[in-house]
Amino acid sequence: MTALLEARGLALPRRLHGVSLTLAAGELVCLVGPNGSGKTSLLHALAGVGAPTGTVSVGGVDPRRLGPAARVRAMTFLPATRELRWPLHARDLIALGGADAEEIDRIVATLELEAVADRRIDLLSTGERSRVLIARALAPRPTLLLLDEPTANLDPLWQIRLMELLKGEVGGGRAALVAIHDLDAAARFADRILVMDGGRIAAEGLDGAHVAAIFGIERAAGEWRPVLRLPAGRRSSP
Amino acid sequence: MTGRTLALIVLALLLAAAASVAVPWAPLGALLDRDPELATLVIAELRLPRAALALVYGAALGASGAAIQALFANPLASPDLTGTTSGAALGAVVTAYLLGFTAPLALSSGAVAGALGALALLLALAGPKAETATLLLSGLAISALAGALTTLALALAPSPFAFYDAYDWLMGSLIDRSLAQAAFAAAPALLTVALLLRLAGPLDRLALGEEVAQSFGHDILALRLQVVCLTALGVGACVAICGAIGFIGLVAPIFARRLTRGHPGRAILPAALIGALLLTAADLAVRAAPLGRTLPIGVLTALLGAPFFLWLVAHMRWRLRP
Repeated sequence: MTALLEARGLALPRRLHGVSLTLAAGELVCLVGPNGSGKTSLLHALAGVGAPTGTVSVGGVDPRRLGPAARVRAMTFLPATRELRWPLHARDLIALGGADAEEIDRIVATLELEAVADRRIDLLSTGERSRVLIARALAPRPTLLLLDEPTANLDPLWQIRLMELLKGEVGGGRAALVAIHDLDAAARFADRILVMDGGRIAAEGLDGAHVAAIFGIERAAGEWRPVLRLPAGRRSSP
Repeated sequence: MTGRTLALIVLALLLAAAASVAVPWAPLGALLDRDPELATLVIAELRLPRAALALVYGAALGASGAAIQALFANPLASPDLTGTTSGAALGAVVTAYLLGFTAPLALSSGAVAGALGALALLLALAGPKAETATLLLSGLAISALAGALTTLALALAPSPFAFYDAYDWLMGSLIDRSLAQAAFAAAPALLTVALLLRLAGPLDRLALGEEVAQSFGHDILALRLQVVCLTALGVGACVAICGAIGFIGLVAPIFARRLTRGHPGRAILPAALIGALLLTAADLAVRAAPLGRTLPIGVLTALLGAPFFLWLVAHMRWRLRP
């Protein structure tokens, strides 16, 4: 398999400490870790947000050297803060992402946004708004998708549908890196899981003692249970 | 925004500009019969500069207003409500009456410096993503401070006629400016409009949020600096020649965005055209008013603009911050 994304020594002051990673074509990789472990920072560094250091190559090209039109074909980024700076119409907002009319029609149909496409984004429900913002990132069909908490605010059915959609999207020589808190969804849909802690990639996969140490939880009888970081006496007994 | 709408606005603009040179026609027509040379002089020295100033000042205000609103993500930001015009007026007054430099270049530099100072202060006070209340209160405070300092500077001026001298200019006036003065306002104003137009794409994508705009490769700090410096340059240079004219920079972008389905960046071009049209129309109205030349144009734009602003605040209050 050829490397689709190669990143070396990515760093952001005080948040991310020299992370290197490789994604193969066709891979859906989930990024998990406790709050403040550096998931968003790693996505920022890859997307070129906030003056990161280190090298990034997507399909052999540094996307940060491309102009906006070419860059959205190499890589798009969905931030976790679903910031609405300006009340645009949903379809116009998706179009600002750089996709053509046909691609926009396709993603609007896929995410079932036909009914809200001509309404103003600030008048939509939180879940609809999230789907519009996701559509903006998916519409140009970039080589690399960088998504921060894409399932947040979605109902359970849409969470599953979105992860299945991403699974389908990464076929055909593309890849996705998805930060997510839902460990079960990560385990179910990801080709690989990277566990972050303290601004570094601490482990790969959800097995082993390191996950219990990092998250303070472990899997027992098919359920996640706290094992650490609870006040003494309230720790659940095995 | 269709080409036809744009063409209609340009046509209206050309008509207004032509009317601005021709109206009132009676004295000019009579003069053309008796003394064509004097008539040409009246057109070149009085009417053309006035029409040109209305066009470029209105365009600079419209384009700057649209860019500032896009930058602050706030439809109530504008050169006058952010204190930019008052800062420019203060800069020009200090340069002319306290420092004693009255050359157009010195006045323009002073006004641009004042405008820059006011915008820098606003960014420091309110931050780049200001809530409407913070933005308006900061702008109000800066305007009040600049206004008080302007009055103080005039009171301290060595010339006993400083107040009387500055009155017409402070209220905003396009009258009795020479072609050379008009050129001094027009060159920076047109440069500002042209360079702001290049920021239309980045400012539209800024509507997706700063993180997304950065992921497109836009340097937010550089974008902010460009909008602030260009606005200060265009508005400052016009204030130096014509004084402070309010509300055009607020109203023009709001009309312009009705033509761009709300897109803040691509509204810069129609906002410049609508701003030019509004100021030219206001100048025609001032001339048609029975008060004649005693009514400064800034008073008229404020008389019409302030109620519109109040309506806007009342009407849009609930959806200012999405």
